[in-house]
Amino acid sequence: MKNWINVFMMIGFLMTSSVYAVKSGGPLEFKDSEQEALYNTMLYELRCTVCQNQSIADSNASLAEDLRENLYEMVINGANKEEIKKFMVDRYGEFVLYRPNFSPSNYILWIGPFVLLIVGIVVLRLNLRSRKKINRTNELSAEESDLLADYLDSKKEKE
Amino acid sequence: MMNRHMIPLVVFAALLLLFWVGLGLNPKIIPSPLIGKEAPKFDLPELHNPQKRVTNEMLKGQVTLFNVFASWCVSCRAEHHLLLDLQHRGLYIIGLNYKDEKRDALNYLTQFGGDPYAMIAYDYEGDVGIEWGVYGTPETFVIDKKGIVRYKHTGPLYREVIENELIPLVRKLEQES
Repeated sequence: MKNWINVFMMIGFLMTSSVYAVKSGGPLEFKDSEQEALYNTMLYELRCTVCQNQSIADSNASLAEDLRENLYEMVINGANKEEIKKFMVDRYGEFVLYRPNFSPSNYILWIGPFVLLIVGIVVLRLNLRSRKKINRTNELSAEESDLLADYLDSKKEKE
Repeated sequence: MMNRHMIPLVVFAALLLLFWVGLGLNPKIIPSPLIGKEAPKFDLPELHNPQKRVTNEMLKGQVTLFNVFASWCVSCRAEHHLLLDLQHRGLYIIGLNYKDEKRDALNYLTQFGGDPYAMIAYDYEGDVGIEWGVYGTPETFVIDKKGIVRYKHTGPLYREVIENELIPLVRKLEQES
């Protein structure tokens, strides 16, 4: 029984761990739940530029630690999502955003897959249509049935 | 004449080219958004002499190399003798000692052959590092006479970069008024 309690406590701890994820180690205090929600979203929206495939929430790099602290201070001081993003992009470039902006240099990222899908569908349809033209009916033309009859006759004669 | 059977070959060639270029890029090199902008403001104590302050104003008036280093940064050691060499060649280098213990930093400078820096800003907290978008020490910026960031190299400097990029740029910027 005691083990189960420990397990549940552990799970509970892991689920809230992002709130603890700042240098000081203690739980963070926010003015309201909106601020807390903003902090927790932004943790996963910002990339740790040292360990490039981790967000600053996931990373143990000391830079990620510093950025979490920075983020916390910005949130506490009432910065909104756009202000936080701008702060990070001004220093680290757009690469710091895990979800790239919908800007001209990123159009190919956002639209590219859909363009490919449409091209694929068009090519497939053209292909199917041309195939239909080749073999529209199952019936043989007069020429073909003559040929077939000749062939069958010749086989019979051999037997 | 474009043959139908050529299409897969052309697509394959295009993919090959894409991968050839794409995989050849170094994903660790992130272009700095600071280039072409004024150097970020800072005001920090000098490493050797904490009474003195080092500020972004001191980057102005001459072409400056701004070099981010730390004693815990192993690849900084690899470029240290090159920085000393650059100092001998008359370049003006300001250091940013990033998230370091003061004693370690001072030991590092004596241990690896001397101090190439005209002055060293001591950034214990790493806040100024964030202002400069530092993510991989060592980092080297070139600042022109007006205090505008003109170039950034992430990672240790090496001969080719120095001779082919850094020095020509510094000499060119020195001609500007």
